[in-house]
Amino acid sequence: MDFELSQKAIDFRSQVKKFISENLTSEITLKMHETGTFNDKSFNESLAAEGLLAGAVPGYGDRDPVELYLLFNELEKAGAPYDGLAVTMLVAGVINAVGTEFHREEVLNKLLTGKHNCCLGYSEPDYGSDVASIITKAEKIENRWVINGQKMWTTMAHESDWVLLLTRTNSDVPKHKGMTMFLVPMNTPGIEIQPVATMASERTNATFYDNVEVEDQWRLGEIDDGWSVMGVALALERGVMGGTNPAVPLLKHVLNWAETTPSENKSLMIDNALMRERIARTAIINQVGQLLTLRAAWIAATGGMPGVEGSMAKIYASEEYQKVVGWFQQMAGAEGLLSFGAEDAAASGWIDYDARHAPVTTIYGGTSEINRNNIAERHLGLPRNR
Amino acid sequence: MSADQETIQDVFSSFFTEQTGPESARNSMPLGFDAKAWERLSETGAPGMGVSLPAGGGASLSDLVIVAEEAGAKIAPLPIIDHVVATRILENLDSLEPEVLTGTLLAGLAIRPVENGVAKSVPTGSIANRLIALDEDKLLLINDEPPNKSLPNHGDLPIAHRGINGATVISEGTEATEVFERGLNEWKTLISAFLVGITRSSIEMTVDYVKERHQFGKPIGSFQSIQHGLADLPGLYDGARLLVNKAAWAGDREITGEINLTDNEISDFATLSSMSLIFAGETSLQATDRGLHYHGGYGFSEEYDIQLFYRRARAWSQILNSPSDECLLLADLLLEDNGVK
Ligand SMILES: Cc1cc2nc3c(=O)[nH]c(=O)nc-3n(C[C@H](O)[C@H](O)[C@H](O)COP(=O)(O)OP(=O)(O)OC[C@H]3O[C@@H](n4cnc5c(N)ncnc54)[C@H](O)[C@@H]3O)c2cc1C
Repeated sequence: MDFELSQKAIDFRSQVKKFISENLTSEITLKMHETGTFNDKSFNESLAAEGLLAGAVPGYGDRDPVELYLLFNELEKAGAPYDGLAVTMLVAGVINAVGTEFHREEVLNKLLTGKHNCCLGYSEPDYGSDVASIITKAEKIENRWVINGQKMWTTMAHESDWVLLLTRTNSDVPKHKGMTMFLVPMNTPGIEIQPVATMASERTNATFYDNVEVEDQWRLGEIDDGWSVMGVALALERGVMGGTNPAVPLLKHVLNWAETTPSENKSLMIDNALMRERIARTAIINQVGQLLTLRAAWIAATGGMPGVEGSMAKIYASEEYQKVVGWFQQMAGAEGLLSFGAEDAAASGWIDYDARHAPVTTIYGGTSEINRNNIAERHLGLPRNR
Repeated sequence: MSADQETIQDVFSSFFTEQTGPESARNSMPLGFDAKAWERLSETGAPGMGVSLPAGGGASLSDLVIVAEEAGAKIAPLPIIDHVVATRILENLDSLEPEVLTGTLLAGLAIRPVENGVAKSVPTGSIANRLIALDEDKLLLINDEPPNKSLPNHGDLPIAHRGINGATVISEGTEATEVFERGLNEWKTLISAFLVGITRSSIEMTVDYVKERHQFGKPIGSFQSIQHGLADLPGLYDGARLLVNKAAWAGDREITGEINLTDNEISDFATLSSMSLIFAGETSLQATDRGLHYHGGYGFSEEYDIQLFYRRARAWSQILNSPSDECLLLADLLLEDNGVK
């Protein structure tokens, strides 16, 4: 792997940095934390207008996955709302890989304008890690499908025009062989969205499907072959689409705080030896997170599928992020508990926010345990234990 | 890795496998040095490979990282890292003797500054014929007879204290401290690579063991707690390896001062070499700790190799200083440009 980015990638990164400094206002970040919706359509639209979105679709056109990584890494470091965009671009990537001409025209082209969003409908109330056991049912009646069931944790459903929906189409075969994937327009009659609040500011949803009818053209991939489509989606998701440098913005907030906050004997927190040790360790964690992500992007850029490498980056970054958040929250004492807007809140409430957000990072996108299973079986060659 | 570097890896991997390895480590106790293997290594020209091309070397720091990782993977009881770093410093100061270049005389580095006339716990102290040491702002070359007797220690290393009586001054003032500093950063980078090698072998050895060892009628590697304890390690190994290689990349380009902490963009050599030592050190502790534990009682017995790796991981990761102190040095580098001391 080359530690020197290509000139093209360096130019791309400068363009992204410039875009962020000109377009990411404090109103946008404030709104994102007030509403819990980490998606800003007008921000996405400006990104598209700037020509930065085409490179954000994994596998699309001739753009280098390193650019995809750079875009999401810069957005993550800047604390921009990018969750909705990442999911949307992921779906765009799946369509690009397995979609029909109809899907490209009806959906992919629209996604590239930044005006539309997609959400992921995999998880259900009773099936999360064991997602291949889902029971939301799709039945074929002539050239139409009728869908019934419930999905859980359908983040961004309330912002989206389509949901990538994993359904059960055959219960008489082994569970992996009886699922079918659909792209369902969210305005189809019979879909209901209920908000689900979380312990951090981010919002997610439960979605209900009651006799939802779609034509066969909304099927993505072959009948009963939904698991292969999932495989594509998971391989595209892991590692390069943000989520591997969460402690970068945290460290920035912590530094601002430590440089202005008194410690014992009239010194500042930044002079405290334990604080300095932890800052140094966090800086190492951030570098390693970046290198592992860049490596996954590099593998993708040279034609490989960084499945296991993505798992490594994801586990490392999320587990270490939780450790780091814990350090700084404890160092901040009582003020580390105070939230956004509270007088004297450490790091203006960012420490409390990150401490609330961190737990979910080892859960969503495949829990640490599921990723460890993946590494143990596929990388270390240990026997399957399920 | 370039094609040349792949060749370097092949050559040294075979050399350390054939000439060193755990048996050589055991047989060279209590001195901690395998003189026969060193002779063979000298025949290949390796002791001089780090000096400039015209002087007979030509290997970059990135090339040397490959050698160091392979040495670590076989816990080679050879002072190749210290020797190579010393030759680079000596060449720099026009003090390189031909016998040092060929490896006939062993050279090393007193990695910590001299205090009260003594260089303490020098990693090659019991065997080095030439020892570079920093005493205040003077760079000394200690050239008395080595004691050939090591202080008994955790990692079976050729550690000894050395006095500075009769040493010659090879440089003074800012030149001395700067040259020493640069050498020490190279040393940190290469020791990190050695630790990465230790990590790699510990993972391999343990994965093999848990596939073979049966309890309750199945391989212990089928138990999920063991799988998960091991599954964290490849990411740590890869991360450490990438970080060390990045440090070497920065070292070869002599990049200084490029540190943007809040943007996570860092290519300063001193900073990256310090990060590497801390991270590769910690990674090796975790890999050998889990490795030993998953060997059960056998892991604790003299007969099994994992304990050799376990002890060397601890020795190399803290022989320079405590990791917490290294973190404080690192914090100074990171926060210097941040308007704070
Ligand atoms: C905020 C948020 C947003 C989300 N967004 C989406 C989304 O947009 N779309 C979507 O489809 N899903 C989404 N998810 C769902 C997410 O993917 C699941 O929560 C996750 O896969 C875990 O499933 P579960 O919550 O049912 O936990 P479970 O699967 O019940 O797991 C509970 C615990 O058991 C452990 N466990 C489970 N199986 C094993 C095993 N084989 N070995 C060892 N341990 C095991 C898990 O690691 C976990 O610690 C979101 C979740 C959250 C919290």
